[in-house]
Order: sequence, then structure tokens, then C-alpha cells
Amino acid sequence: MKHVVVIGGGVAGIRCAIELAEMGIEVTIVEKQKHIGGKVRNWHKLFPSFTPAENVVEELIKRVQNCQNVQIRCCCEAENITPHQVTISGGETLNCDAVVVASGFTLFDARIKEEYGYGIYDNVITSADLEDMLNRRAVKLTNGASPRRIALLHCVGSRDEKVCQRHCSKVCCVTGVKQAMELKRLFPTADVFNFYMDIRMFGPGYEEMYREAQADYNIHFVRGRISEVSPTIDGKLQIKAEDTLTGRPLKMGVDLLVLLIGMKAGDSNKRFELSCHLRRQDSGFMQPKDSFLGNVESNMNGVFYAGTVTAPKTIGESLNEAVTAAHSVAEWIKHTA
Amino acid sequence: MINFGFSISKPRTIDIDRNNLHKSNEIIEAMPELQTCIGCGSCTATCTAGNLTEFNFRKVHTLVRRGEYQGAYEEMNKCMLCGKCRLVCPRGINTRGVVMLIKRKIGDF
Amino acid sequence: MKRSSWTDYQKEIADNNYYYARSCIRQNFFPGSEKAFLNILSKDLGRDIYDDPLHTSCTGIGYHGDIVPLETIMTVVARQFALMSEAGYENFTSSCITSFGIYTELLATWEEFPETEERTRENLYKATGREFTKPKNLAHTSDVIFHHRKEIGQKAKRKLINTYTGEPLKVVEHIGCHYAKIFPKSGIGGSEFPYVLAGMVEEWGGEIVDYPERRHCCGFGFRNYLVQANRGYSIANSHRKLESMAPFKPDFIVTNCPGCSMFLDKWQYTIAEMEGTTFGQNGCGIPVLTYEEMAGLVLGYDPWELGMQMHQVDVEPLLDKMGVEYDPSAKYLGVNGKYIGKPKKAIVNSRSKETLYRIKR
Repeated sequence: MKHVVVIGGGVAGIRCAIELAEMGIEVTIVEKQKHIGGKVRNWHKLFPSFTPAENVVEELIKRVQNCQNVQIRCCCEAENITPHQVTISGGETLNCDAVVVASGFTLFDARIKEEYGYGIYDNVITSADLEDMLNRRAVKLTNGASPRRIALLHCVGSRDEKVCQRHCSKVCCVTGVKQAMELKRLFPTADVFNFYMDIRMFGPGYEEMYREAQADYNIHFVRGRISEVSPTIDGKLQIKAEDTLTGRPLKMGVDLLVLLIGMKAGDSNKRFELSCHLRRQDSGFMQPKDSFLGNVESNMNGVFYAGTVTAPKTIGESLNEAVTAAHSVAEWIKHTA
Repeated sequence: MINFGFSISKPRTIDIDRNNLHKSNEIIEAMPELQTCIGCGSCTATCTAGNLTEFNFRKVHTLVRRGEYQGAYEEMNKCMLCGKCRLVCPRGINTRGVVMLIKRKIGDF
Repeated sequence: MKRSSWTDYQKEIADNNYYYARSCIRQNFFPGSEKAFLNILSKDLGRDIYDDPLHTSCTGIGYHGDIVPLETIMTVVARQFALMSEAGYENFTSSCITSFGIYTELLATWEEFPETEERTRENLYKATGREFTKPKNLAHTSDVIFHHRKEIGQKAKRKLINTYTGEPLKVVEHIGCHYAKIFPKSGIGGSEFPYVLAGMVEEWGGEIVDYPERRHCCGFGFRNYLVQANRGYSIANSHRKLESMAPFKPDFIVTNCPGCSMFLDKWQYTIAEMEGTTFGQNGCGIPVLTYEEMAGLVLGYDPWELGMQMHQVDVEPLLDKMGVEYDPSAKYLGVNGKYIGKPKKAIVNSRSKETLYRIKR
């Protein structure tokens, strides 16, 4: 039986494993966390349909667990990759016929943008923190009160030379709109402001959702990037931005500030490049062989990519790519047999 | 008081905390579609008055939404109500309605 | 004040043997500060510091005022470095933030564009016959005090504590823009949460207050304030800061930049005279100290020896809070006991009921 190692047990890795298993290929998923499911496990609801994230993750986990020929190895990392051998933590080697790298991305560490005071001031949280609070049904201020004015800041750790993240993280805009709507549903009397540089609503239903947020939820969209955050005497956060559409500086006190953190290239990508000779892009994401006909292939025959290891992507796109990667792998195995 | 030959400049920051957003909220409530403006500038590009005066419909209604009412009434008075802006608005905002609404709500602020 | 780790921004500060470069304007506005620095370093801490009569202005004011070209300032700076080497020193410390910013910027420029360094060497040699060596260590004098803050703390005669209440004094710190906004990594604590002054204040018992306009510029801006017509928006920046810090009731402001200390102090007088507003408690202004004056008070120096009679905002309320003993009648007696004249009565020091600061919110 042919054997494929899938690196990363997020949605892309799981989906790819299922597809490969269904084609009669034996699969080992190598996951560095304790559980498979990846970052989507920690998300509350998914844009633009507000589908609970657990519906997607649980279904995928159930399906992969039902696959007889999929072995899941948690708490271990891929240290070295060749098309026919993957060395994992502890030095064990897994022999295989092909490898799919689906190791995903790393969330941008908001503390690097010092001016926003994440980790310093109370009530400055990230989009990931907010999802966690939503999951725990515990969206509130540090003092337990409900926020009356909330700001969401787009592009934290994206499109920013200062933190070496030139790329657009793609999903934060629509996440910002989604989270603003969720916050407005929780706190209908609160004023919600989104500070953006550009609003990029690229997917089906996204623009409609944006419009709904504006017209039906009365969410204020201000085109301007927040430049600094500081504490006020009454325990609020003062934010400064330019309202670029009026050409004037703007400031206000807010109770809660949500930083929409971007997708950074996965921490392991550098290792893949140095020790495994897989090519990276300037952004740090892995370089697919070709953007059109070879977007799930790497520069090395027998090593394939799926999901956000190559660029920021939505969950739907990652899942589609996982299927494509599985079929490309199967074709390659057949071809080389 | 001593005259030192200069005066202390007033801040031109839009201070949302100090602005009274009551009127602004009333306007948005009456015409929620105004919030859907994406700042494309089509209205000003075609504006009869805006091509010959400082009048900028997009800027004025954005300022009004931030609680900056001063001068908005006079500005809106420059509108000739030709309706071209409404034809070009990609968000389908009833721009002429907005002009009338702002004038009615704010009056000679 | 909350901050994450300031230790992410560390820099090397020499422990001894400094070549000292003075500021152009400090000796007029805060005349005792530089003398106090030299005394603290050599007498209290037993360090070797050389106050060279040969060095000149770095021409920073002219440079930022658009009248001194880059090549000229590079040559002037190169000459200071040459004087340092000639005097047998390797560690350069400057008393002025703008000078510090310029030295840092020029060293970086020479690093990045070696041809500019070559040209400067040529210019210096042609003009003066001198050759220069770049300093091994460059620090602002506030860095040097920060470096010795623990030792000063051990020798402290007084703490930054309100002796009436036993509470730490509330201090607003203001680092000049050119200290860390040009090269954040050249300032202790970086530019968003600088620690150079805060470290001294906390070490000596005070408490730093964080307020909304903490990071805002004082408005000095060289050519902006030099031209009378531009002073309106220059002063408005100090106004904005003072208005923002007032509700936190700071006991004093400490700065490390000549321009900022002058602005935050003198503009309080100007604002009070222009619109009747004062920002301190009891209707007075907020005293503004240099870090040398603060260190001097902590080490038990006499406030008049520190030159604090030259402040626009009276420092006596602060001295009383700190329990500093001073002779009020000696305030306007100069170094030789000669009467130096007394300023006119000013609203900022009058404590009159009409000028009580009104918090607008």
C-alpha cells in the first residue's frame, strides 16, 4: 500500500488525508499540537454565513477518524522532509511515497505593534482573543462591564513594512466585519467603529455582508489606520487615527479595542527552506511551483502543498486545495510507480 | 491678558468624545443607507456645484456623521438638487434626500 | 505605568571616561543642570568626565532650521569627534537631545553611505587639519544618569515621595522626539514606552503617570517655533499635552530635551497670560525639571545651586512636598551672593482663584 505523510493536522491537512484515504492510500498526519483541527478549532463562527466553526472541524475530525488507513501522530513536528522520508521529533523516520505540507500559518504577534499597547493596556484584544471570548460566552471588559464603544482595527501585522509583513492577510477584512456584527448583536446599544485602510471583500456574499453591517447594523467604517493607543483617566483607551475621507485627525475614547491580526508565514517555513530545500517567497510563505497549473506542487517532485502554507487563504479555499493536492499526489504516485 | 503676537491654534482633530452625536444618530436612523457610503467620490465628480465651488457632498455628510455640524448647512445650500449624484451612486444612496435631511435636521448650526 | 519589557531596547552605555558635549540653549534656560551633571558624575559618582572648552555647537538648530547644510553639520560633528580623540576619550556623551539625534543619525549615515564619511574626513582635514575617530560609545547624558540610577539611589538624601502623605510623587516624563523617534533602538525602552526617565523616577521612589498625549511632541520643531507666525500651532502642542496630563494631577514634569523642558515650562506662563489657564493643582503651573535637577534634588543638592530659580513655573510647592529645605531669601542671589533680579508676578505662579484649572469634561 502506498503511504503519504501529511504535515499539519489543520483543516487542509485533515481534508487532504480523507481524500487520500478514500483513494486507498495510507496516510500519516503529523501534528505538532495535542489535537488535530488547527486554528479553526479556536474560532467561533465563520464568515460570511455565521456557520459555527465547530460544525466544520468536528465533521472533518469525525470523517478522518473513520478512515481506517489514517494514522494521526500528535505532539510531533516534522524536522526534515524529503519526498520519501520525513524525520519527526525524536528522530523517528517515516518512509513514504509522497509528502503534503499543510502546516498552515502563524498568527501575527500583536505585541510587536507596541503603539497599540497589546499586553500592556487592559481591553486591547486580538481577533483571536475575541473568538475565544465568544466561544466562552464571556465577551466583557476586564472589570466585567459591557463595552459601550468598541473599535476594530484592520491590518494589524498586514500590509506593514514596519513589521516586515508586506502582504495582505486577505481574511481579516471580512473577519472584522463579521466580528463587528457579532459585537453589535451582543451589545446592540454599543457604537462600533471599524478602522480600515482598504476594505477587501473578495468572496461570495462578503460585499453583501459589509453592506448589511453598514446599513442594518449601523457599524461605522472610518478609513484610517489607528496610530496609537493610550489610557485615559476614566479607564478607557484613547485612539488616534486620521479620518482620511474628511482629511482630519480623529480621536475618541473606546472601551474595547479589537486588533485584527494577520496571517504570518508559518514558523516552520524557514526550516523547510534551510534543511529541506523547499523554496519560500519573500513574504515567507512557501513558493508553489506555479500559480496556475502547479499551485499545490512544490519545487521538489513528490512534495506538495495545501492550504495557508503558501499564502493567506479562507477555510473554503484551503479545503478545496486539500482535495486538489490529494489528487495531484495520487497522480504522481501512479506515475512514478 | 498679554498679546504675544500670536494666538494658540485650536485643535482640528475630530474629537468624537466631545462632539454631540445626537443629530448625527437621528440622521443615520432616518436614512441608514447613508452609512453604506464607500467614499468613491462619484457624487462629487459629477456635482454641478462641486465643480465650481468648494462644495464636497461626500466630505460634508461624512463630517456630519462624525458630529461636525459647523458650516454643513451653508455647504448643503450650495447643492442645486440636479440629482446627477443620485444617478451615479454605486450604493444607491438617495443623495438628494440626504441633502434635504441634513439641512432639516441641522438647520443653521 | 504599565509597560511590557523595556529590556527589549537595551543599549550599551559606557561606565566611565566620558567626553562631554554641552547644549547651546540649556545654559540660558536651565543654567545649573549641566554643572549639576558634571558634579554628580565627578564628585558623587567619582567618574572621569571631560568638559572641553574647545567644542562648539553641533549646529543642530541651524540644521533643523534649514540654514546649515548637511555637509557642514557633518564636518562640525566630525570636529567634535576629533576633539574627543585628541583629549584621549572614546565615549561621547551629549547634553542635548537634538545633538544626540544628530550624532546618531550621522553615524548611521556614514555607516550606510561610506562615501559621505570619506567626504567629511576630507572636508574636516581641509578646514582644520584634523582627523577624527568615531566614538566607541555614544550616549545622551540622560542615558548616563540612567546607567547610574541605582548608585544614585543608594546615595539618595531624599526620595521622590510626598512627605505629607508618604505617597510616591506622580511624575510625567517626556523624552524629546529626537531621543528615540528617529532610531527607537538607540533609546532605552524604545520610543513608545521609553524607560530612560521612567527608570530614574521609579528607582528613586516616584511613580510615572501615563496619559493620552504622553507620546505627543511638545511642539518645539525649530523653524516652526523660531518664526513668530508659526508659534500658534507650536504652542498648541504643549497646550494639548498639558491639558491631557492635568486631570492626572502630576507633581512635576521631567524632561531630557533642552527644547522640551523650555517649552513645557515657559509655555505654561504664556498660556496662563494669554488665556488664564493653568494646569497644576492649586491654580499654579506644573513644575518642570530636568533629569539633572531631579537627580540633584535626590542627592541633596540645594535647589538654588541647581539653578531652579530660573524656572518660569515656581518649584517651591514641589520642594515643600519633597521636604527639601531651602532658603527663600537666597532664591535670587547668584553664585557670588549677588542679587540677580526678580521676575514680575505671573498668573502661572499666582495661585489666584480665577486661574484654577478647569477640567473641561
